[in-house]
Amino acid sequence: MGAGHGGVLGAAYVAGDSPAHRLEPHLKLVAVLGFALVVVATPVHAPWAWAAYGGYLALVLGVAAVAGVRPGRLARGLVVEVPFVVFALLLPVVARGPRVDVLGLSLSESGLAAAGGLLAKATLSVLAATVLAATTQPRELVRGLERLRLPSVLVQILMFMFRYADVVGGELRRMRVARESRGFRGRHVGALRVLGPAAGSLFIRSYERGERVHLAMLSRGYTGRMPSGPAAVVPAQAWLTALALPLAAGAVLASGLLLG
Amino acid sequence: MNAPPSSAGSSRPEPSLRVEDLAFAYPDGHQALFGVDLRIEQGERVALLGPNGAGKTTLVLHLNGILRAGRGSVTVAGLPVDRAHLQEVRRRVGIVFQDPDDQLFMPTVGEDVAFGPRNLGLPEAEVAARVAAALDQVGMTGSADRPPHHLSFGQRRRVAVATVLSMHPEVLVLDEPSSNLDPAGRRELAEVLQALPVTMLMVTHDLPYALQLCPRSVVLDGGIVVADGPTRELLADTELLARHRLELPYGFDPANVP
Repeated sequence: MGAGHGGVLGAAYVAGDSPAHRLEPHLKLVAVLGFALVVVATPVHAPWAWAAYGGYLALVLGVAAVAGVRPGRLARGLVVEVPFVVFALLLPVVARGPRVDVLGLSLSESGLAAAGGLLAKATLSVLAATVLAATTQPRELVRGLERLRLPSVLVQILMFMFRYADVVGGELRRMRVARESRGFRGRHVGALRVLGPAAGSLFIRSYERGERVHLAMLSRGYTGRMPSGPAAVVPAQAWLTALALPLAAGAVLASGLLLG
Repeated sequence: MNAPPSSAGSSRPEPSLRVEDLAFAYPDGHQALFGVDLRIEQGERVALLGPNGAGKTTLVLHLNGILRAGRGSVTVAGLPVDRAHLQEVRRRVGIVFQDPDDQLFMPTVGEDVAFGPRNLGLPEAEVAARVAAALDQVGMTGSADRPPHHLSFGQRRRVAVATVLSMHPEVLVLDEPSSNLDPAGRRELAEVLQALPVTMLMVTHDLPYALQLCPRSVVLDGGIVVADGPTRELLADTELLARHRLELPYGFDPANVP
């Protein structure tokens, strides 16, 4: 809501015409997944780990620069990481093993290392995913997943989520406006008695809409498989461009393993 | 299994739609239809009128086999609506549902109009040609790449019509086509519908719209057909309208409409 023309989920997309924007979505998905795997595979306790993280960070920021994704946009993408941060902050306190004193707190050494590694890896992966989201329309992403042979049911669920997020969001907004037009204020505990049933009725409405959509689909010959259009042929050059990121990250990891 | 198309044994061409003695009760025991007979010839435009709860939607859902008849039969251009012919029946009967958001579920208008033809397994070149033709028929050429939620409500309704036109239906069934449209959207849709060369069954409460678009009307109430005749005559019968909770807008006189 309030996300403008692209709708709730479209808000992540930043229009542009960079090489990253032009790549086929399934190539980008493979690239980001590959990058994340390399990042996760980096041993946390290796002395060269932080040098490797620095290398990965440089790579991601380089890609973001090529794609024209601004630092502010990247920072906002990191918000999804907050729950991990909370967990990472707890780790040094609760982990066992030799302890060190930091600012008067007795913290676990291995816990510190694990927390640092966790934070670094999560941040790097989220940055890469943010660049992907900023350069790919949600429906292109879904198409990419389909192309990668993700089970059809999952692809359809994602597609419908994207299509109906705005419709359900609009319903939610109208219900709120209708409540507040009659003087409702959701500021106290008693408000839950109103908001609970409202959530319930939104669920029922969405469920019924789901049934109507299914009916409309059956009426046009739906048999359980989503028919898709012809898939464009991807030139080898595009694969090379897309895989540059995970391959470079792999090179960083390999040099760390060999030289460190 | 393939029923020959001419079982009527008459020289007349098969009607687009023939409903014979159709009765249906929902699983919870509620009986919605008590023996409906309806025959719609090729190229006819018929309005299906009736109060809420008359069984209109139930009847419509029988036409393409979403609901299966408890008694009686439905045939579409000679083809019986049964499990064996379901896919072909759904091609022949194009239903446009009331809420275009229910009908337009694909990410873009073009993909949505292509949904039906692709389900039919048509080659991609044919699909593209049908999408272009259907969008042209409803005056939405050039919108193929737009997401449905960017369109106005009237545009979405017209695209919903295109999504079934692309399947080249024998009968176009419209559920409350004029609901929620502004007067301009209403007129634009009427122009589109009037120009379509297909058999049409229009479920509506909007009596002036029925008069404008459909020379013939059928009134359904209590699960049976209670009146069937020229729209103008039915709308002039105030007693009939009152008996079946149908009302003309204030000041509207069907006798004085061109």
